[in-house]
Amino acid sequence: MEIGSGINSMDLDLHEGHVIEDLKNSAASALPEPSRWLDEEIERNIITTTVDKLLNWGRKTSLWTETSFTACCTFEFISTSSSRFDIARFGMEVLRSSPRHADLMITAGTLTWKMAPQIKRVYEQMAEPKWVIAMGACGISGGIFADSYAVVPGYNRILPVDVYIPGCPPRPEALLAGIELLRKKIEKRSIAKGN
Amino acid sequence: MLSEFSLIALFILIVLGFATSLVLIPVALRKLGIVPSQPSAVKSEPYECGLETTGPTWIQFKIRYYFYALLLISLDITVVFLYPWAVELTSLGPAGLITIFIFLGILAVGYLYAWRKGALEWK
Ligand code: SF4
Repeated sequence: MEIGSGINSMDLDLHEGHVIEDLKNSAASALPEPSRWLDEEIERNIITTTVDKLLNWGRKTSLWTETSFTACCTFEFISTSSSRFDIARFGMEVLRSSPRHADLMITAGTLTWKMAPQIKRVYEQMAEPKWVIAMGACGISGGIFADSYAVVPGYNRILPVDVYIPGCPPRPEALLAGIELLRKKIEKRSIAKGN
Repeated sequence: MLSEFSLIALFILIVLGFATSLVLIPVALRKLGIVPSQPSAVKSEPYECGLETTGPTWIQFKIRYYFYALLLISLDITVVFLYPWAVELTSLGPAGLITIFIFLGILAVGYLYAWRKGALEWK
């Protein structure tokens, strides 16, 4: 079927299938842990420490979340972001619909291979520096769907995950604890380490 | 007198400095290598809910609303002139009434012309 100037829906489907197959083949195992730098000791002097403090303070107090949620864990995120658990206390109440404004991706939900290229693309379009929180059993390992051919067994196959929050779904308190861990991690960034 | 104006000048300076520094600080931080910068082809592509865009993204957009904006501006100007006239209506007398009707007549000709030309139709 023709759906536009010279664009055929059959070709689009074929293209999508190839993209998904390629991604699936290239993501056979989990990406290496991105946090090895956390334990490295570095030479600090007064200038880098001050600049680090300022930058990291700005980053950790304005973590803006990209709204790309794929399944049921989202409801726990919604409840976390509403008045009762009040994510605004951490400067995180701004949910961005465009990856250009966001620096945190909370992977709330089961990810299917069909959806994976889109999530990866959204992550790639986010501005630096950016972080990923894998929320829920599905985000960590595929959860109860881990054996399915259609489900990505863990977001760390396609994205570098910073913090894992177990649970199916994790309670809002658990999500807040994970965010707290991420804030601690951000505090350790240093320009002397090149990040 | 002069000191009041110098306060305004100071205000303008502060505003300009604030606005330019907001733009320049991120650029400077990136150029100095203090904040990470990892440009990539995907990052600079248009964002469309994570999908690859299909077909051309840089399409031309109809700007017909431009005519409506022009007509609206002339309506605005009518109000700007009518309001002071209405406030001073009694003291101006019949002469003011005739003048304002001439003014409205000129405007009406303009509107009739736009109407006849079809500027009010959305095509
Ligand atoms: S971890 Fe549980 S609640 Fe969360 S997306 Fe998976 S199945 Fe749903």
